[in-house]
Amino acid sequence: MNRSKFDVAVGLFVAIGLLAMVFMALKVGNLASFDNGAGYALEAHFDNIGGLKIRAPVKSAGVVVGRVEAVGLDAETYEAVVRFRIYPNYRFSKDTIASILTSGLLGEQYVGLESGGDPVYLGNGDRLGKTQSAMILEKLISQFLFSKAAETPAKVP
Amino acid sequence: MRTTIYAFFEAIGHFFTSRLDQLGLAARFTGSLLLVLWVAIRRTGLIIRELYFSGVRSLLIIAVSGLFVGMVLAVQGYEVLQRYGSAESLGVIVALSLVRELGPVVTALLFAGRASSAVTAEIGLMRATEQLAAMDMMAVDPLSRVIAPRFLAAVVSMPLLAAIFTTAGIFGAWIIGVQLIGIDDGAFWSQMQASVDVRVDVLGGLLKSVVFGTAVGLISVFEGYFAAPTAEGIASATTRTVVTSSLAVLLLDLVLTIMMFRGLS
Amino acid sequence: MIDVHGVRFSYADRPILNGIDLGVRKGEIVAVMGGSGGGKTTLLGLIAGRLKPDSGSVIVDGFEVPKLGKKELYRLRRRVGMLFQFGALFTDLTVFDNVAFPYREQTDLPEPMIRTLVLMKLEAVGLRGASDLMPAELSGGMARRVALARAVALDPAIMLYDEPFTGLDPISVGIIGRLIKRLNQALGMTSIIVTHDLNETLRLADRVIVLADGKVHRDMVPDHIRETDDAFIRQFADGLPDGPVPFHYSGKDYLTELLGP
Repeated sequence: MNRSKFDVAVGLFVAIGLLAMVFMALKVGNLASFDNGAGYALEAHFDNIGGLKIRAPVKSAGVVVGRVEAVGLDAETYEAVVRFRIYPNYRFSKDTIASILTSGLLGEQYVGLESGGDPVYLGNGDRLGKTQSAMILEKLISQFLFSKAAETPAKVP
Repeated sequence: MRTTIYAFFEAIGHFFTSRLDQLGLAARFTGSLLLVLWVAIRRTGLIIRELYFSGVRSLLIIAVSGLFVGMVLAVQGYEVLQRYGSAESLGVIVALSLVRELGPVVTALLFAGRASSAVTAEIGLMRATEQLAAMDMMAVDPLSRVIAPRFLAAVVSMPLLAAIFTTAGIFGAWIIGVQLIGIDDGAFWSQMQASVDVRVDVLGGLLKSVVFGTAVGLISVFEGYFAAPTAEGIASATTRTVVTSSLAVLLLDLVLTIMMFRGLS
Repeated sequence: MIDVHGVRFSYADRPILNGIDLGVRKGEIVAVMGGSGGGKTTLLGLIAGRLKPDSGSVIVDGFEVPKLGKKELYRLRRRVGMLFQFGALFTDLTVFDNVAFPYREQTDLPEPMIRTLVLMKLEAVGLRGASDLMPAELSGGMARRVALARAVALDPAIMLYDEPFTGLDPISVGIIGRLIKRLNQALGMTSIIVTHDLNETLRLADRVIVLADGKVHRDMVPDHIRETDDAFIRQFADGLPDGPVPFHYSGKDYLTELLGP
């Protein structure tokens, strides 16, 4: 039984395979996105979140600072409630504005945070006061049409 | 006229009942195999031996194929992307295609053709020459000594090989895209890293290959075990392994892709 | 030691055994003979527990074989050795490893001891010098001798031989025959030999059981077989083309088919 011959070759094979997997995890993928639940939770209410999904990024100045964890509907105010987790090394002031933006023209939606000047920082579980909802294409179009119609009343005999 | 119609329906019915028959047989076989897995797993020496024959021996074809597939992806991808001025996203396209789909699927198809067919032939031959019966008579369960190690080797080899395929592919794409065509090296990698998610894409792809490994491993071992003990029987069993494995991989890929990646769009 | 009562067995709606009754005493060498496809190998399969009879009982060393569960069957099989028709050696192992297989799988003996035992068994069949060869490099007779060494590795109480002489040159036939006899005496075994070879069998066996039409046709000692008038046995012994076993495969009347449409 040529044990030793097989062992070496198989060991090498497994090593190469595992190395390839590590390569994939580190150099190909974004390991930073593999967050382990560290960080603190924040909440924000929106009139409309558009196409925002769970695990969508939370960015500030274009840098990913967290992830959306949960999306729900407030049963009384009928507002969308978004809970997201911010990585522990970032801090935002109490008057931070959260907006729902779109990546590029047709890209995925994400939460953009703009920090304000308040010296007090948001803590775990805090709710953001100011929010800006997503821009819904249909509403934009109907707005546009209405404004066009309002501009030209003389046309109506 | 009536007899022809009757015969026609009889043929259809027979087709399905014989398939169902086979399915029942396959289910029982799988059950017995799963039961002995606990024992078989401890025979690491046997598993290592099979890992050598199925995995190590497939290394070359997988790596080379991966390299070429990656290169082709780069060429085709660049041709399309540069029309829209998005040539720098080449890394993204290549990486996602390989990690999510081509890595697991093509690897599984190549493995089915190279390693699994050999396993089927080997087991079929052992049955034809009564080696399995002899083992059984010596109170050694052929399921745990012959069948299980080959099955486990397939399950373990597949994700490793898929990772190697994908890595070779990305390397190939890098050679074509960055070195030959001249895309920016930094953009190639950074855009890739921004779009490939470790949990969903990388792990999802690896999960796929484990599933494929299980399916292909089962099929190859099943066909070999129940092959007719003639030259023709073994030959047709080997062909069946390749065909059934390929179809199974593609079907499972469809199901898994829908399950895993539907939520992203 | 082995008792078979009223066993019936059919394969794909074809009845092969139609009520077999036979017994084998401890220490006997019993030969089972009969026409091709007459159920001889099936009988071995039933005794070894590889097949289940449709009805009847098969009792080996006091155990009701068809009723045994897998674990118990395996435990029984450790005391039963079987020599397959073409040896059935493991083609990916050397001669040495083939014979060592039962020791390595069934016992916890240390390697040096296994080595000694293997060499002893190979010496008994005269093939100690071939221990590094692969089965593919052996002749038919040599392969069967190695298989014999492997089959008796754990000193079984019962040995089953499936056509051990078929396809061998006369020298090898003689060798195997002598080995079977010697092993049976040396280890106090009970042996059942399924065979076509009448001459060698008559030299070896204590008793000969002849099967015909799925039943035990005759059960007699070798001397009686030589002298019997029984038509079936005479056809067998003298190699006559026609007799109770017909020459022509059943079909249409010759003249009718020739002159046909």
